[in-house]
Amino acid sequence: MAVIATEKVPVISEADIVTVRRCVRESATKLGFSLVDQTKVVTAASELARNTLIHGRGGQMELATLNGPRVGIRLTFEDKGPGIPDIELALRDGFTTGSGLGLGLGGAKRLVNEFEVKSRLGEGTRVTVVRWK
Amino acid sequence: MATILNHKTSNLGSIIANHRDAILAGWLRDMIGSTRRSDLIREAELQGQCGHFLSLLAQATAQSTNPQAPVYDALREMLAEVSRTRAIQGFSAQETAMFIFSIKQPLFTAIRESLGKDSLAMAEEMWLTTEIIDSLGLYTTEAYLKTREETIRRQQEEMLELSTPVVKLWEGILALPLIGTLDSARTQVFMESLLEAIVQTNSKVAIIDITGVPTVDTVVAQHLLKTVTAARLMGADCIISGVRPQIAQTIVHLGINLLDITTKASLSDAFSVALQRSGFRFVRQQKKDLSEERER
Amino acid sequence: MEKIPILRMGEFLLVTIQVDMHDRLAMTLQDDLTNRISETGAKGVLIDISSLEIVDSFIGRMLGNIASMSRVLDAQTVVVGMRPAVAITLVELGMSLEGVRTALNVDAGMELLRESMDGHEEMEYGRYRH
Repeated sequence: MAVIATEKVPVISEADIVTVRRCVRESATKLGFSLVDQTKVVTAASELARNTLIHGRGGQMELATLNGPRVGIRLTFEDKGPGIPDIELALRDGFTTGSGLGLGLGGAKRLVNEFEVKSRLGEGTRVTVVRWK
Repeated sequence: MATILNHKTSNLGSIIANHRDAILAGWLRDMIGSTRRSDLIREAELQGQCGHFLSLLAQATAQSTNPQAPVYDALREMLAEVSRTRAIQGFSAQETAMFIFSIKQPLFTAIRESLGKDSLAMAEEMWLTTEIIDSLGLYTTEAYLKTREETIRRQQEEMLELSTPVVKLWEGILALPLIGTLDSARTQVFMESLLEAIVQTNSKVAIIDITGVPTVDTVVAQHLLKTVTAARLMGADCIISGVRPQIAQTIVHLGINLLDITTKASLSDAFSVALQRSGFRFVRQQKKDLSEERER
Repeated sequence: MEKIPILRMGEFLLVTIQVDMHDRLAMTLQDDLTNRISETGAKGVLIDISSLEIVDSFIGRMLGNIASMSRVLDAQTVVVGMRPAVAITLVELGMSLEGVRTALNVDAGMELLRESMDGHEEMEYGRYRH
């Protein structure tokens, strides 16, 4: 799998979540994603960035454009926060009616094609997602 | 005197450099025939691709004999691009793979000329070359297949879009017949068509007719639910029509909760409800009034 | 810090969100709106999101909160202009924004607000009586 370019974006403040959205949007546009797919991957990035900020106490996102053989965007969110105690539970948030304090992981998972989460209590969390064009 | 081969790097780089023209000529010559497809690619373009590939191959092999190493990324990128364009241009998988595999013969010839006196070194070099070319050949085929899959998927989507006609029944009322099974891919296409239509026609009510949907199980119901929810988020309401008695039974049987979505057996009933909700009322004129009008 | 302007149109308040809001701006909007409703005694709030290309769970929750808080203050909220791509994404995210009324555009939203004020059958989210 050929990685064309990578970009690292710090996720330390609220303003960074907006930066994350902008960066992912730019990438998706440049790669020619459809409007709906663009919206999905940017929204997923927003959810995961917020998680990194609020639950992970800050971290960073790495954006990689993939181009061989398939074209796509890979996002890796990493933090050195408290970790996720029960990943199964975090993913099983179901339909939130707006009052949920869920980690938004389940939702983000549905917006991307590939999803992987690694977490160690007391050490940190890494979420990697890929959206293909 | 036996040449001591450095097992970490191959001599292929220098061999290619010294025999470049011969290899190129031999390669192009071997591609004549069923795999050449001169109807699909011009001589100049093909020569360019081959030349570029040889240069990249020389570079990569000078640094490593492991085809998975990062120095081979540029080669793979080029091959991915070549495969993709060939898949789109209409080459077959075999024709695309032969682009790579047909380089073996001229390479072996060049190796024999360079190392012919040292059979051990020659054998080693041929083996390394085979490994590298095979790996690249497989990668090319994989890339080709992925592109074909993407193309087929896109064509299916386009067909689906065409098979989702939208009918404007009245001011602000749309009807969309759904035909066939509803899987998640179709749901996406259907949802997009529906929502776009709602925006373009400024419709507040959309009637989704499922007469043409063979079975409605929990999965299909979920997809319908998603569609209706999306429409609602935009401010349009949906009515589902074409609900046959069997479907009604299945829905109850499976305990599917359609929330408060209105469902009707016939499209005309659904239309009637839609008109009411939109604030329309039709009045049938008396025959006497009609004949009076005609006389005037 | 920038604020999102809240326009007064008779008995209604109109908010047009045109920027990609960061979380704090969204919270400020929530507060500002609630205060304005209280101050003006507005009966309806129209939130125009037709410029928003992204609505994530945070913004979704904000919209839900605004609707709930307005209701407590005896005002109806209607969110208008959601883009198709946004609607599709929200549904996939798992947000149905129940409790938030929606309309296609500002005109339709105004009509909805007026209807609910005229004492017509209160149109609860998605439920029609016929």
